[in-house]
Amino acid sequence: MADSQYVLEARGVIKIFGSHMALDAVDFGLRAGEVHALLGENGAGKSTLIKILTGAYQPDGGQVLVDGQAVTLDNPLHAQTHGIGTVYQEVNLLPNRSVAENLYLGHQPTRFGLVDHRRMERDARVLLTRYGLDLDPGSELGTHSVAVQQIVAIARAVQLSGKVLILDEPTASLDRNEVERLFEVIGDLKRAGLAIIFITHFLDQVFAIADRVTVLRNGRLVDTQQLDALNRTDVVRLMLGKDIAFSGATDLEPENPTTEVLLEFTGYGRRRSVHPFNLTIHKGEVIGVAGLLGSGRTEMARIMFGADPADQGTMRVNGKAATLRSTTDAIALGFGFCPEDRKAEGILGDLSVRENIVIALQGKLGWFKALNRDEQLEIAGKFGESMDIRAASLDMPVKLLSGGNQQKVILSRWLATDPAFLILDEPTRGIDVGAHAEIVRTINRLRDDGMAMVVISSELDEVVAYSSRIVVMRDREMVAELRGKNINPGVIVQAIANNPDEATL
Amino acid sequence: MRRLRLDRLANPQLLALVGVLAINWLLFPSFFNVTWQDGRFFGSFIDVLNRGAPVAILAIGMTGVIATKGVDLSVGAIMAVCGAVAATMVVAGYPAPIAVIAALAVGLACGLWNGFLVAVLDIQPIVATLVLMVAGRGIAQLITEGSIVTFNDPALIFIGTGSVLGLPMAAVIAVVLMVLVTLLVRRTAIGLFIQAIGVNRAAASLAGIHSRMLLMLVYALSGLCAAIAGIVVAADIRGADANNSGLWLELDAILAVVIGGTSLLGGRFSIPMAVVGALIIQAMNTGILVSGFPPEFNLVVKAGMIILILLLQSPFAALPFKRRPAAPNKTASS
Repeated sequence: MADSQYVLEARGVIKIFGSHMALDAVDFGLRAGEVHALLGENGAGKSTLIKILTGAYQPDGGQVLVDGQAVTLDNPLHAQTHGIGTVYQEVNLLPNRSVAENLYLGHQPTRFGLVDHRRMERDARVLLTRYGLDLDPGSELGTHSVAVQQIVAIARAVQLSGKVLILDEPTASLDRNEVERLFEVIGDLKRAGLAIIFITHFLDQVFAIADRVTVLRNGRLVDTQQLDALNRTDVVRLMLGKDIAFSGATDLEPENPTTEVLLEFTGYGRRRSVHPFNLTIHKGEVIGVAGLLGSGRTEMARIMFGADPADQGTMRVNGKAATLRSTTDAIALGFGFCPEDRKAEGILGDLSVRENIVIALQGKLGWFKALNRDEQLEIAGKFGESMDIRAASLDMPVKLLSGGNQQKVILSRWLATDPAFLILDEPTRGIDVGAHAEIVRTINRLRDDGMAMVVISSELDEVVAYSSRIVVMRDREMVAELRGKNINPGVIVQAIANNPDEATL
Repeated sequence: MRRLRLDRLANPQLLALVGVLAINWLLFPSFFNVTWQDGRFFGSFIDVLNRGAPVAILAIGMTGVIATKGVDLSVGAIMAVCGAVAATMVVAGYPAPIAVIAALAVGLACGLWNGFLVAVLDIQPIVATLVLMVAGRGIAQLITEGSIVTFNDPALIFIGTGSVLGLPMAAVIAVVLMVLVTLLVRRTAIGLFIQAIGVNRAAASLAGIHSRMLLMLVYALSGLCAAIAGIVVAADIRGADANNSGLWLELDAILAVVIGGTSLLGGRFSIPMAVVGALIIQAMNTGILVSGFPPEFNLVVKAGMIILILLLQSPFAALPFKRRPAAPNKTASS
């Protein structure tokens, strides 16, 4: 193998945690001027490999080479001096300081020993223009969108290291426009000769931007390939070692008008949150909700669940008028809600998998009808099995599980209450392909069992695959209701983009 | 039900209590000598149980508050208020049971006030309970009109100095309260809900838990416990001292809860272990007194012991004893 071919290389890297082999003799090579996608299910070893390449972990075997020279990277700061910079999914910057300060923190230009703010802001403005950002460098970072913060983080990382840029799921909390914008920045950096490692769960994005792809599975290298030789199915097969059903738009669920109406929202809305909307939901129907981030999708879900009570309009459940003053009212009516932000609003991190699964059912039963430990274990075990939750024990804290398994736990929490109506907000965001398929399968199964669901998702292919009808949100308003032949990504994109001020996709 | 296993008893709190008691015994060999006199037990160890009771009672209520990621700074002041209420009422000629019920009601009301500030107005617990911590002593002084109200009602005095089966009444009250409150939270779902709120209030609310009502409950319980402790202390000295009753005891109570393994970050909690924490604190106090060290040593030695106990609980101390993690990727159901 020619040494000089790679800017950054891992040769036969081994990492062992306890009795678990996290990385088993993995080879990885990164060339200058390429975007190299690193793929694998959660637990495949992506993060471990990245942490070794950035010096956060030390390998138990094998070597890391920079420009063909074997190096020992003591810590991420040391890696930075070798030209390796990293940007993480959660922006690790200071939201309450200015953009310029964030760019230059730790190496501010000084004048007479004091920070030269004027020069710093001038430099920052020049730097930001290069990244296509026209904003006031003196403004607080936290006032900008996550996408802008992400680009600032990239600018900082490139400024500090300048040879290798590692992007760890940078697009997880961005909407489509923002992703496009980020990709332009990445494209420019690539043309400037930077070597870029790109980690994501979205295959579309891999095909949109990456040149080569390396797939890991269970700590082993599966393959490194040129992307133009592969198609989507090839990549999924490499990742899973098997074909999974990625049902496309072909098997549309026909609308079933014979089932009874479960819910009727009329002029339902909340001031300063979501404009009044009308929606009728039948039993055994999945209503897909499409729209950009910030379009009012999540707000609509919270109003339907009573988390933010509606202040106008009426709701009828099984033909009877009902009001939701709180989530408890909604749960009593048989509603369930999986929130978008699993960590902040979904899981009870320090509590066990078992407690996380029974909590909503116990909440419904009240203070004094406590489920005892055996009953809790039985319920948790039942869902652990049917949802294929991968946990070493039902008594381990749920925060130690992977994102996909946490999502299955939250879904189980609601299924345990035997709901009639489930609201899922981005149920597949940021989870691995296997868990993704499992959750899509579950949605299909529940619909066939007669449950009514509202599913919010940014992944149009996915929404199209399981929805009976699709509503489109834009500017906090329900702008379209699509059914039948209109349920396809093209029509949805048009509906989302209808407003010229909005996205052009 | 879970079986009580021996290795469950080998936790840092009980080990620390045994350690402190053993040191007391070494310094003062007659520490465990217990004599029977006038139908009750006497001795240094019995004294630990008796003197530790007020903090233990406070800690029982404080545990619930801390488990919800809160803190109740007002319990010392509530003790003073409730002691003052009980004392002035018996002095004014009301029968002791009425005076006790009135004092408990006042404590409950104080707790509900704290709960209202925290749960409904969303004020940070440390600030919300600071209000009563400061105001409470003033209110207590208004009730006692600035003097120490002494009383001779035998029924009320019994609560502080009496004995049941030879054991001091205060300790008996603490144990009964511990058992009752533990049963209340563990045999119902209240304990699980308190933990859920402490770990993640937003998620708990979305899962349908009445977080406001539960917060009101834990602060009310803390106020009630403070009232009981206040009555016990007033009955013990046969008088209500608005200035000194329960002074700084809120800090001892918080410490007892923390020694008992409940994190100030909320979540998992144990009421019996908080009571053990209170006993550890009192065993140190008594040990230093009876072994003839000057009382000034007390604070320094206490600080050293506390650091030691907290170190024992820190995740770093646990590392050498930690069992290997179970193999990952195993399906739970298999």
